[in-house]
Amino acid sequence: MALLSTADQDRLRAAFAAMTRTVKIVFFTQTLGCETCPETRQIIDELPALSDKIAIEEVNLVLEGDKAAQYGIDRVPALALVGKDDDGADRDSRIRFVGAPSGYEFISLVQAVLLVGGREPALTEANRMKLAAAIDQPMTIQVFTTPT
Amino acid sequence: MAVEATEYPDLARRYQVTGVPKSVVNDRVEILGALPQDAFVEQVLAGASEPEEQPKA
Repeated sequence: MALLSTADQDRLRAAFAAMTRTVKIVFFTQTLGCETCPETRQIIDELPALSDKIAIEEVNLVLEGDKAAQYGIDRVPALALVGKDDDGADRDSRIRFVGAPSGYEFISLVQAVLLVGGREPALTEANRMKLAAAIDQPMTIQVFTTPT
Repeated sequence: MAVEATEYPDLARRYQVTGVPKSVVNDRVEILGALPQDAFVEQVLAGASEPEEQPKA
């Protein structure tokens, strides 16, 4: 049974239709000791059916530790969103979701997929320029939420 | 990085997350609640000017 209602599926399908680039959701999981991994898999599994630009790649943290480390992942479940650059090469958006994207976080995930899929960022031109001018080192922004 | 705090209580403790949303920039600047874009960007810039502490696993 799908988690999303038919109406929601239709709405999402319409939203995803606007994407211009493919998005690969890399799903980090492990076989044992991850209570919310099955739930996460179930949630993201609904997405590829709604757009041929969305694909899921699964990486097992235990068996593919090197690959997980490349994405900076050391906990599961986790998601990384990989888009494409102008030449069609994979480009890691460096957006990560740690923990199951349930409740309102699902909306955040959808927004992130749309962004990586080519939607105009919501950042104003002024803010974009300020950030580009000031930031010259890698940095991390962590946003904490709880399931609602 | 969006972190679901109830699944990662150690991270929630480390960053003293008692209410959400809470954003942490470079392990230094904390933002409580949701801010309008301009204010959020100012906080990100403030966090960027501090050297990043390597987060513990």
